[in-house]
Amino acid sequence: MVVAALFTIGTAFGMASALPGAQPAATSSTSPLVSQGKAIFLRGCSSCHGLNAEGGAIAPSLIGVGAAAVDFQVGTGRMPMADMSQQAMRKKPVYNADETAALAAYVASLAPGPASVTSESLNWQRDGNIAQGGQLFRTNCAMCHNFAGQGGALTNGKYAPSLMGVEPKYVYEALITGPQSMPKFSDTTITPQEKLSLIAWLQSANQEKNLGGASLGRVGPVTEGLLVWTLGLGLLIGIAVWLAMKAR
Amino acid sequence: MSNIERFQNPGLPEHVHRKADTDPKAAKRAEQQVAVLFLLSALGTVGTIAAYIFIKSDVYIFIPILGSTNVQQMSLGIGLTVATLCIGLGAIQWAKKLMPDTEVIQERHELRSEDQDRADFIETFKERGGEAGIARRPLIKRTLGLALGVVGLSPLVLLRDLGPLPKKFFETTNWSSGTRLVLDPGGAYIKPSDLEVGAVAQVLPELKKGEERTLENVGKDAVLLIRLRPEDFNLDPERLAWTYNGIIAFSKICTHMGCAVALYEQQTHHLLCPCHQSTFDVTRAAKVVFGPAARPLPQLAISVDSEGYLVAKQGFTVPVGPSYWERNSSNG
Repeated sequence: MVVAALFTIGTAFGMASALPGAQPAATSSTSPLVSQGKAIFLRGCSSCHGLNAEGGAIAPSLIGVGAAAVDFQVGTGRMPMADMSQQAMRKKPVYNADETAALAAYVASLAPGPASVTSESLNWQRDGNIAQGGQLFRTNCAMCHNFAGQGGALTNGKYAPSLMGVEPKYVYEALITGPQSMPKFSDTTITPQEKLSLIAWLQSANQEKNLGGASLGRVGPVTEGLLVWTLGLGLLIGIAVWLAMKAR
Repeated sequence: MSNIERFQNPGLPEHVHRKADTDPKAAKRAEQQVAVLFLLSALGTVGTIAAYIFIKSDVYIFIPILGSTNVQQMSLGIGLTVATLCIGLGAIQWAKKLMPDTEVIQERHELRSEDQDRADFIETFKERGGEAGIARRPLIKRTLGLALGVVGLSPLVLLRDLGPLPKKFFETTNWSSGTRLVLDPGGAYIKPSDLEVGAVAQVLPELKKGEERTLENVGKDAVLLIRLRPEDFNLDPERLAWTYNGIIAFSKICTHMGCAVALYEQQTHHLLCPCHQSTFDVTRAAKVVFGPAARPLPQLAISVDSEGYLVAKQGFTVPVGPSYWERNSSNG
């Protein structure tokens, strides 16, 4: 059921994104949530995104991005941005859940787009297949987010964040909305069930225990090599100095 | 040569006795230190074995900085470290404090043999050589020379066994006219409508009946599909004809060292190779905008077939991946 519903949402978004350019904001909506959202938007977002969310020189248009994009960007604290740096980073959210929902409702009222999801609606424990998720992750995600989901660097100071401890719904919303540098992963190329498998794999990777001492960030030979170069060689140099010292 | 210019052998500095050489108490103390280190090593071994037997392998404790840590692995590591390190430390302490430390000089003998020995050797060689008749039998001398000269060739030829010659393997891929694009993993066909603007998909050529996907083939066939707004392209008419409704396809194999280039930044339309930071501009047919790659990523011409699925219009026009000796670079 959930999967079917999400699939429909995805298709709707597919059609929506095929629509050309900006559209006039829907003005007929009288929902109190939407008008509350509009009030927050005018106060907190419009200076960059424009009075009608049409975008500007420094911020993209929000028409058609859907509630999922708002829920992801505002819910994880990425928006509003703290400064005009290369990339909005995850921080403590500025708006609470109700305000985020109102903002999402307002942006969703502008043009159809993917709806936000809740973690409860994503039954990854039941529908996700960890092995399949690992395969999908290695092909589609590992090049930016690291083979263990630890994140990695992109160009010009941009980066792919670590996926450890990210709530399932934000993973899902990022996949369908393609925030910032990240491309979209359409429901037709990675099905909603496959997305749940990805989430299941991430959850399992997150809970994996460190068998041998410090994980060193799980980024492989880089930190291990650095540790050997500094601590290991330092110890060896110390012993060499002691060996060569004149005995008293 | 005057005596002033000649470098004088400074000799050894005066020997200073160590405390342990003169003071029996200090010697006793040093002996005890060494013994304690060796005892510690033995204790480390006992601890290692005890940890292996008595600590359950699924017990974790929290250690600051290290985080959640497996107790058994940690104890094994500490035990083995103490066991081996203390033997070494004990040996050094022993050598430095107690073993004889008086400097002695042992003159190196002449490298040149005695004149008598040299003369004897030459005489023997001539005598025995004459008896064997090397000078009288040039056939043997020459054939021996031949045999010794060519004996080294066989190991050289055996190097050929290092692997099969690549032949046309690097030059060709499994993409040809009409090959359908399938998703990796999964193997589903793709319609242009499956990709939204800003979406990517990892694709491979459809397998022919009875064929299996080998890693070697994935390593050269892998292709990245990206959908942009058609107006974002900055391509010449030929390359524009290779795209379909804003969908463009590139070989995923970096032209520098062959890493998988799939870090697509959808805002800048840049493709980044994670290995050496070569950056390719998708809107300009993967032109290199940064990094060590010398050539753009090969573009795959795509279209749709009668059933509406994405297919390759033709194979790659240039070899994919990094340079190699026999690569024909006449057309890029």
